[in-house]
Amino acid sequence: MPARRSTAVTLLSLAVAGAALAGCSKKDDAGSADAVQVNASDSACELSTTTFPGGTVHLEVHNKGSKATEVYVYAAGDKIVTERENIGPGTRATISAEIKPGSYEVACKPGMTGDGIRQKITVTGDGASTAKADPRLQSAVDAYRAYAQQQADATIPVVTQFAEAVKSGDLEKAKSLFAASRVGWERTEPVAESFGDIDPKTDTREDGLEAGQQWTGWHKLEKSIWADGKVTDDDKKLADQLVADLKDWQTRIPKAEITPTGMANGAKELLDEVAKNKITGEEDRYSHTDLSDFQANVDGADKAYALLKPVVAEKDAALAKTLDGEFTAINALLAKYKQADGTYTSYDKVTEPERKAFSDAVNSLGEPLSKLAAAVVTP
Amino acid sequence: MDAETAQPATPADQAAEQPAPSRRALIGWAGAGLALGAAAAGSVAAATMKEDGAAAPAVDSTADIAFYGDHQSGIATPVQDRLHFAAFDVATNDRAALVAMLKEWTKAAAAMTGGREVGAGATGGVPQAPPDDTGEALGLPASRLTLTIGFGPTLFEKDGVDRFGLKARRPEALIDLPKFRGDRLEDGRVGGDICIQACADDPQVAVHAIRNLARIGMGVVNVRWSQLGFGKTSSTTPEAQTPRNLMGFKDGTHNIAGSDTAKLADHVWVAPGDGPEWMTGGSYLVSRRIRMTIEAWDRTSLKEQEDVFGRTKGEGAPYGKQKERDTPDLSAMPQDSHVRLAHPDSNNGLMILRRGFSFTDGSDGLGRLDAGLFFLAYQRDTRKAFVPLQTKLAANDKLNEYITHVGSAHFACPPGVRKPGEWWGQALFG
Repeated sequence: MPARRSTAVTLLSLAVAGAALAGCSKKDDAGSADAVQVNASDSACELSTTTFPGGTVHLEVHNKGSKATEVYVYAAGDKIVTERENIGPGTRATISAEIKPGSYEVACKPGMTGDGIRQKITVTGDGASTAKADPRLQSAVDAYRAYAQQQADATIPVVTQFAEAVKSGDLEKAKSLFAASRVGWERTEPVAESFGDIDPKTDTREDGLEAGQQWTGWHKLEKSIWADGKVTDDDKKLADQLVADLKDWQTRIPKAEITPTGMANGAKELLDEVAKNKITGEEDRYSHTDLSDFQANVDGADKAYALLKPVVAEKDAALAKTLDGEFTAINALLAKYKQADGTYTSYDKVTEPERKAFSDAVNSLGEPLSKLAAAVVTP
Repeated sequence: MDAETAQPATPADQAAEQPAPSRRALIGWAGAGLALGAAAAGSVAAATMKEDGAAAPAVDSTADIAFYGDHQSGIATPVQDRLHFAAFDVATNDRAALVAMLKEWTKAAAAMTGGREVGAGATGGVPQAPPDDTGEALGLPASRLTLTIGFGPTLFEKDGVDRFGLKARRPEALIDLPKFRGDRLEDGRVGGDICIQACADDPQVAVHAIRNLARIGMGVVNVRWSQLGFGKTSSTTPEAQTPRNLMGFKDGTHNIAGSDTAKLADHVWVAPGDGPEWMTGGSYLVSRRIRMTIEAWDRTSLKEQEDVFGRTKGEGAPYGKQKERDTPDLSAMPQDSHVRLAHPDSNNGLMILRRGFSFTDGSDGLGRLDAGLFFLAYQRDTRKAFVPLQTKLAANDKLNEYITHVGSAHFACPPGVRKPGEWWGQALFG
């Protein structure tokens, strides 16, 4: 385990053990002095301060209510800066995020529903964030934004062709373009998801719908094309809407909230996506193009890591070495399934033992990737 | 037990090795009788000395079992209530990476069996990183957790490849198990390069232990299969009552007691000269997932059920006797009864140490209970113990009508880690 972690907490806890004190918790004893305390209950959301300096901000949430809660930090327009779900009654959770100076709202959501109990906060300072502190990190952020932009720009022509094929009823052509139209999105999914209003419109699966919600986006069209074998007039409208929604995404990238830790966690989230939805074949259950999405997720994670690597290699050389090896291994595994025309083996042809090999590779990469953000912020 | 509690590490040693806090200290678990490793294990040892048939003294199910000792804990240790057993495949050919992981595992195992958190803990460490410890055992005592490691044949040679330079060190006793009559083994429940047996009196503690080790091992090892167990079906303490298996019968009454050092030496621990020196003080583990055809069993007459075992269902007495522990008259039992065939007197005094657990993994999709016995047996030489015994049972046992062996694995469990700083497999790899 990394030696950089403080042992002060341990010593304190041993002292507590010696005194056999009941009811103590480590957070009470050793909570970081600069953290913002959030006392959440069924009817209140109290912050120890509503004005604090920007940079890496820690919110220490104590759920004193009777229901599980979730805590969000929203920027203007309910753009999610960070969030933590499922904080059980009586438990504590620490939420850490890079927050730039500006006005935000913190929301506690007892019962994990609705808009929550809101509290306005002001983040002060000149934006002395981690990125500012290390110019290499700022370059990484800039380069990642350029990458995300490039991916979105490249997506529009392909998704437009896909939409045209759908509208003309050319199912074979639509099938051939479906996976390709998703690559740019899948590569930059963490950024794309930060536009919380676009993702539900473009990339929702049928089982992700709420009662009464209209199903739109790629997976609705996927079902029509593969499972139903025909496109309806409604589908044709949805094809146009998909293009429009993705153009919206394309224009919003310049203003997207991107931080070094966000990039690092985004890389991890891409692997989580694979572990959760691709390994099982749930993501593209009609087209079975999961391996294309899988490769795109790995590409995106690899890009974020590669941009952060100069800093990471200096702070945690062993982690960088491990990640280099695991990226090589997972790419080699995926390459076995890449066909001459650049498409991937249909996932319904991938056997259970092969799926386990993919799952093992994802775990082997995802676990060290989860340590990337800490390596970035460690001084 | 004596051997296991020999040379106990002092709390100071353990603290030096593992700075992570005690889970109890964090929550303020006040336990007036809070005793650290050696003392607690000692009290268990004392409790097992009573063999007068009186009600077994209460075991402190919260206690710590000493991790360090000549033999691994979890073998002769009084059987706990719960099991989480996992078999792993090694994913790398990099010997150094495997050794580094075994060292990390050993540290984590010493911490968890002592009721402490792994690494910097469940809530310590860098806020931006996932915690070192997964945290679901916070506030729970050690719960007599033991972690026992074993090395499978494929660690020494797999598909003809000597991945780690260990081929020459493979013990002859670590055979590839033969196919036994009636085996219907499922690929996903067979073998493994390394196994970890986690036993505890609290299922959450056992699950937590395997989960943390699996996570530490990611990139080096992958979980191949795992099994949860409950309701120990055999005992290593001579209690008045042997626990029942899911067929409702007492089985394993004459198991080797954890306190019987002579029998342990004869039948369980590998002795000098038995094989490679690195296994001296270790033991060979056979695991079998034995599915019971529960619904058919439940439709079987009481007479037939009792004939299958050769015991009464109520008391568990051998045929013709009154009490469970009465010396059995094997000739009074049907020829093909389970107890008659398995008894040491039918097998030239052969004994194995059993630590079996019941399992049920819900139902199987056809509405049948997916349940049975997860059989774990430790022995000095599998070729002379499990193999002849199972060969005979597979061919003759009346019980076979109601059971099927679906999982199987064989492991060499090295001797104990004697003190902080040593690690699992050190003598093998060193």
